[in-house]
Amino acid sequence: MKRALFLSVLCLGSAGPAFAAVGAELPGYQVVIDLNNRASLQRGAKYFVNYCMGCHSLQYSRYSRVGEDLGLDMQMVADNLIFNGRRVSERMEISMSRDDAERWFGAKPPDLSMLARRKGATYIYQYLMTFYADEDRPWGVNNWRFPFTTMPHVLWREQGLQRAEWKEADNGDGNKPVITGLMLETPGLKTPEEYERLVVDLTSFLVYVSEPARLTRESVGTWVLLFLLVLGGFAYFLKREYWKDVH
Amino acid sequence: MKSLFEGLIGWIDARFPLMQLWNDHLAKYYAPKNFNFWYFFGSLALLVLIIQIVTGIFLTMHYKPDAELAFASLEYIRRDVPLGWLIQYMHSTGASFFFIVVYLHMFRGIMYGSFKAPRELIWLLGMFLYMTLMAEAFMGYLLPWGNMSYWGAQVIVNLFSTIPWVGPDIAIWLRGDFAISDATLTRFFALHVSAIPLALLALVALHIMALHEVGSNNPDGIEIKEHKDADGKPLDGVPFHPYYTVKDIWGSVAFLFLFALVVFFAPEMGGYFLEPDNFTPANPLLTPEHIVPVWYFTPFYSVLRAIPDPQFGALAMLLSILVLFFLPWIDRNPVRSVRYRSLLYKINLGVFVVTFAALGYLGFNPPTPLYSELALRFSEWYFLFFIALWFFSRPRRNMERLLTLVVVLGLISLYDVVRVEPGHGMLVFLGWLMPAVFVAVMVFGSGIEKLGRDLPVPDRLTG
Repeated sequence: MKRALFLSVLCLGSAGPAFAAVGAELPGYQVVIDLNNRASLQRGAKYFVNYCMGCHSLQYSRYSRVGEDLGLDMQMVADNLIFNGRRVSERMEISMSRDDAERWFGAKPPDLSMLARRKGATYIYQYLMTFYADEDRPWGVNNWRFPFTTMPHVLWREQGLQRAEWKEADNGDGNKPVITGLMLETPGLKTPEEYERLVVDLTSFLVYVSEPARLTRESVGTWVLLFLLVLGGFAYFLKREYWKDVH
Repeated sequence: MKSLFEGLIGWIDARFPLMQLWNDHLAKYYAPKNFNFWYFFGSLALLVLIIQIVTGIFLTMHYKPDAELAFASLEYIRRDVPLGWLIQYMHSTGASFFFIVVYLHMFRGIMYGSFKAPRELIWLLGMFLYMTLMAEAFMGYLLPWGNMSYWGAQVIVNLFSTIPWVGPDIAIWLRGDFAISDATLTRFFALHVSAIPLALLALVALHIMALHEVGSNNPDGIEIKEHKDADGKPLDGVPFHPYYTVKDIWGSVAFLFLFALVVFFAPEMGGYFLEPDNFTPANPLLTPEHIVPVWYFTPFYSVLRAIPDPQFGALAMLLSILVLFFLPWIDRNPVRSVRYRSLLYKINLGVFVVTFAALGYLGFNPPTPLYSELALRFSEWYFLFFIALWFFSRPRRNMERLLTLVVVLGLISLYDVVRVEPGHGMLVFLGWLMPAVFVAVMVFGSGIEKLGRDLPVPDRLTG
């Protein structure tokens, strides 16, 4: 019996990522990320350290860098973003041990510093928007974007609980129920609009943190292009001057 | 009175052939005056090589060639090193631009017949450069130690294990382990930052020396040395310096503009230059959904996958690269430039461009039955390009036409008969039409005056 349980857990564990790989994009959920919206990034950082950082690290990111980039002074960073006694110059690592994590969730919650570059903003947004109640899952929730996720719905108090609406669909290989949409069944502390803004803030922060250079590289790039344009003008006329008597 | 500068030059010249080198390679090296757009890519390849070496040196200062540290050190470069992100993106974008520039440079050589006598050695040295560059890019791609780095290297090194008898041992020897591991990473690092760059620089020097010995070809494919003035200077030539130095400066700035567009605004280039799966550390237990090499290898990857048998697939891929070495001896037609070649030759060249792009596209996508069939057919077109080049080397008699048709189509049909499976007959037959139509057009077309005859080559450059 124990062995069977172990095996089924093993299967579930391997089925999860497999489903995730084929888990479809959800056209109904689209997000536009604006990294120039500093207030949104600041709120995203606040939400991240409050809701996510118990389990998810940002191991390549430093508190001080986040503070600098988001316009927070180091005292604000120390007071508002750090809850585990680390210094602002340290990386945003967590205290949860791998053993504990595996015992509680079956797998270590992944580091999220590169998530947005690997999966894209849309994925994060859709994932956070589409938790729904499912009594068969260990945490009572399932996810539309990432079926059989092992993560609990950490934001359920904010969003409330959604219920999935199903229909039988003929895919050629027999009828399988598919989700047609999600309905908010139990309202949370935030209205749906407020919750969506929270998710957008959080997604924007993760996009920023996956590539902090992005905040500056486009503006630097604009100056480089302008310089090359001027230099190109000189180079072109120099070339024309030399070549005008070659026939 | 001599100026200080002239004095210094004189002092050096008494001890080192400075002015002689300057004159031989720049100030008195006469190049045809009619170089067009396609002639920028040689100097641009040199520019990209310099960019790669300079950025590479700075990356080496911060990179850690260690399986435990490599991935994190790359993020350290992108986040914590001042302007590290710029150096890293220049290097990764430079790799892709290197291949863009080199492919256009090679295409120029094919299009204007620059590989033909007396420039065969330039072409051969260029091909060695290209293969060395492939090795450089492949080994560099492992260094970020992302998951695609890891699995890509796994696949490519495994190709060597398809060699009969000694293959598996060679693969272990290359990796230094039974799988891609820390041992592989450290040796690839050593080769990537020292051995191969040295070989590249040496080959570049040889390539340029060989070029300056025989002189540059041009879009008309005519020797400018055959018409000289009283001083022995080619009438249709201009000194490389200052004419082509100022022109190449202009070309370089235009190139850098495009380069900066990618570096600053799209360093990932939609997943083509930096693949999303490479933002996860290497994980031997997590195979990416589709293992694809970076875009510049995908045409050859398509040829590899076109044949299901791994040994024959690897052989076909090897041949698809090796055949390029023999180009000067395959295409023996005395007319160099596409401008004066027959209409059929132009069609053949156009089809080859489409084929190379199609193979690249197919190599980037998962092999569905349709895509696999297309990959095989485009691979056949790839090799048929060279057969057609050989065929157009001189006017052919009817007997030669018939024999070529029968042998080529016979071999292709034979392979189709052997491999066809029930239920796929229609797909195979429709696919068979691709090489069949191509061969028929080339063979029968060569008998038609308007299609098959080369044009008269003018005596002097046309402008």
